[in-house]
Amino acid sequence: MQSICAFDRIIPGRGVAALLEDGTQVAVFRLHDDSLYAVSNLDPFMDANVMSRGLVGDRGGEPIVTSPLLKQAFSLKTGACLDDELVALEVFAVEVLDGEVRVGVNSEVKASA
Amino acid sequence: MSKLVVIGDGMVGRRFLEAVTQRDPSWEVTVLCEEPRPAYDRVRLSAFFDGVSAEELSLASELPNVEVKLGEPAVSIARTSKVVYSDKGEYPYDKLVFATGSYAFVPPMEGADLEGVFVYRTIDDLEAIKAHSAGKRHGVVIGGGLLGLEAANALKLLGLETQIVEFAPWLMARQLDEAGGGILKQHIEKLGIGVDCGTGGTKIEAVDGRLRMETNREDIAYDTDLIIFAAGVRPRDQLARECGIEVGERGGIITDLSCATSDPDVYAIGEVAAMEGMCYGLVAPGYSMAEVVADRLAGGEATFPGADMSTKLKLLGVDVAQFGAMDGPLSTTYLDPAHGTYAKLILSDDAQTLLGGMLVGDAEAYPLLRASVGGKVPGKLADLLGGGEIEGSLPDGAQVCSCNAVTKGDIMSAIHEDGCSDVPALKACTKAGTSCGSCVPMLKQLLKEGGVEVSNAVCEHFTQSRAELFDIVKVTGITTFSELIARHGTGAGCDLCKPTVASILASLSNGHILEGEQASLQDTNDHFLANMQRNGTYSVVPRIPGGEITPDKLIVIGEVAKEFDLYTKITGGQRIDMFGARVEDLPKIWRKLVDAGFESGHAYGKALRTVKSCVGTDWCRYGVQDSVKMAIDLELRYRGLRSPHKLKSAVSGCARECAEARGKDFGIIATEHGWNLYVGGNGGFTPRHADLLLSDVDSETLVRTIDRFLMFYISTADRLQRTSKWVEGLEGGIDYLREVIVDDKLGICGELDALMEKHVENYADEWKGVIDDPEKLERFVSFVNAPEAPDPTIEFEEVRGQKFPAGTTARSHSTPVALGTPVSLRSQGK
Repeated sequence: MQSICAFDRIIPGRGVAALLEDGTQVAVFRLHDDSLYAVSNLDPFMDANVMSRGLVGDRGGEPIVTSPLLKQAFSLKTGACLDDELVALEVFAVEVLDGEVRVGVNSEVKASA
Repeated sequence: MSKLVVIGDGMVGRRFLEAVTQRDPSWEVTVLCEEPRPAYDRVRLSAFFDGVSAEELSLASELPNVEVKLGEPAVSIARTSKVVYSDKGEYPYDKLVFATGSYAFVPPMEGADLEGVFVYRTIDDLEAIKAHSAGKRHGVVIGGGLLGLEAANALKLLGLETQIVEFAPWLMARQLDEAGGGILKQHIEKLGIGVDCGTGGTKIEAVDGRLRMETNREDIAYDTDLIIFAAGVRPRDQLARECGIEVGERGGIITDLSCATSDPDVYAIGEVAAMEGMCYGLVAPGYSMAEVVADRLAGGEATFPGADMSTKLKLLGVDVAQFGAMDGPLSTTYLDPAHGTYAKLILSDDAQTLLGGMLVGDAEAYPLLRASVGGKVPGKLADLLGGGEIEGSLPDGAQVCSCNAVTKGDIMSAIHEDGCSDVPALKACTKAGTSCGSCVPMLKQLLKEGGVEVSNAVCEHFTQSRAELFDIVKVTGITTFSELIARHGTGAGCDLCKPTVASILASLSNGHILEGEQASLQDTNDHFLANMQRNGTYSVVPRIPGGEITPDKLIVIGEVAKEFDLYTKITGGQRIDMFGARVEDLPKIWRKLVDAGFESGHAYGKALRTVKSCVGTDWCRYGVQDSVKMAIDLELRYRGLRSPHKLKSAVSGCARECAEARGKDFGIIATEHGWNLYVGGNGGFTPRHADLLLSDVDSETLVRTIDRFLMFYISTADRLQRTSKWVEGLEGGIDYLREVIVDDKLGICGELDALMEKHVENYADEWKGVIDDPEKLERFVSFVNAPEAPDPTIEFEEVRGQKFPAGTTARSHSTPVALGTPVSLRSQGK
């Protein structure tokens, strides 16, 4: 797990991007209920690291982030793209410890990727 | 390839070309057109005097394998060798189609050829009338039928005192009975137009530079400046006559039900055709003939289905409609002289079947009644006649659109089987409502009957439309999304409702768009106050009001672009776009721009973009008003105004329209007396010329009306609905809009004015608000844990001396292109 910023640094309802030690880019979102989610920052459709700048919300109750480029929705829980079943974002572990947001590589997802 | 020659490029001829190229594009088609311009909408000809240009009336379109020879009338035909001759060439044919239409009938009368005597048929006629009417006072129209009333309307629009002279005992004698004609006369006289029925001109003389027309009545003679003959038309069958094709006793080329003439390789369609001896002077039967011949040429067996001679028109502001039979076994009438309405229904002898009827003054029931002709009477007679609420359902076979022969059954199957869910979809699918448009209210009703709920709900989280949310926010004073969704919606929101609500909050002047919770609602472009590009970098567009900029400011833009290595391009909106800015550079870029006096250009927002201008009176030889100053004033007034979609504007300094104002949401064109205001224009996917809202107004009236137009649009439009669609969707259209924002019919102008006043007072530059606020500045980083680090995956390459996102240009350059063909980066690099 790697610490990326103070929890308060993230505006409720928005995301930030973090650069992990191995060069991986992660998008971390804080929802309005203060829950946290982390997915890959790379938009798989446009091949640009922009997912952290997408809008969050829900589709039928499933928490989602929408790509800021072409607006595809992705589940924040599973990373699955809700508009194209062949595409998914990598999902990362995320936690708050002593007011700090920490992100870790989800080894299972990493292994199958 | 087989050769097809068409003589005449009018409405019917054009419809035929479309039909034939669609069914069988293998024909090599030549069209000989006498007029100097291709087909135009003759039905709407009078609109020419209401600010609609000849271009807008045009029906011309590019069709495959069709060559139109403008200004080249056919002069003779050799039928044995199958060749049509013009003065310029000869055109062999396998099949020949006459679509020559009619000419205006001028009764033999002494003086009918004098200067100042016109007919009312072509755009050239109208231009001549317009030119002659300048500085004149009085005009006479001979003919009180459809065409005559149109011509009278034209003279009224030209500002002339107008007199109608009709030989028949009442107006529109072919469509109305005496009572109906009488009510119509009442309406028209109220407009200040004189009407003399039972009167015919006998002689015209030129007297002291004016004209004098004597009549069959000793007590009546007219001194006037201009006379228009609008007393009917005659088929243009001369050419057919000369080459021995059979014509009717009263004119017109005789055809059978397949539109074939006495020569089986020659067809006649439209007003020139005498279908089994009968000429039809309306466009709808002509369209049917066009379809019949197109089908025949493709090997089909179509025959003429019969004509519906029903008409509905708004003549001089008066609704007049006639449908089905003029007379029958039973009739029932209703006359309301106080409101000036008259209705008559013709019924079968058992009073069960509707055979026809007429309506004057109020034609609301027309679509239902016309479609019911031949069927059961569609409601209680008292309601049908007196304009009451009508409930009734049409049989499937009833014809809803008579112009294009579309039945209710066709419409319902388009709704249920093809999934059409709104009027535009029905139009595209069935062609219903695409000609005269009188059945559009009927289409809406059938959509409802078909169970189509037209939902304007913003998204799954709000059942309300954007306009309803706007009202809720305005009335309740709610200032946060969380409160709004908790009280009026469900769930957590999404990329549809969040920016919509953010825009509503901004329109109602709720402070900086990145303040507090609003920051979480903004689309990425609004969140970073810049436009995200394909590789995650941003473009930067400073405001350049009216497109006017000093050399010093130009240098600043150049220096900034150089320092931050940005690709620069001149935009279509008369400003400069800088591309490839990294998110962490945005504040540094804007610090320099703000210090030099630039403000946000809101290129990223659903907000006012630019007000373009031409150079106006300051420099231009032709300019009649100061368009640059006006454009700057307007751009500064409305800068930062958030709206349902982007807003564009332009100001032209004269009628040459160099600023292309009529393609804008609101466009202003200078006149010698002030300004003309046009609204609802658009470029983009579906270009639309803006409609004239006001003419010749002073600057103060202009600005006040634009204020109200914008605020009325912002208050009532749907999400992402441009003003063009909004204006089109208003029940009552541009006239209704004028009633609301000029005449204050709804009593809301005070409120609209106050909303705009609040916007103007509260405007503050968004970028200045960011670079002076450390907390907001903190967000402009690529990585929250490495604020100084740029995103290492963003790469550029150099092309034509500037940088481009890596990869995209490589793709476009690897595609072989013919020399001189422009390569679009966007489309090549998808």
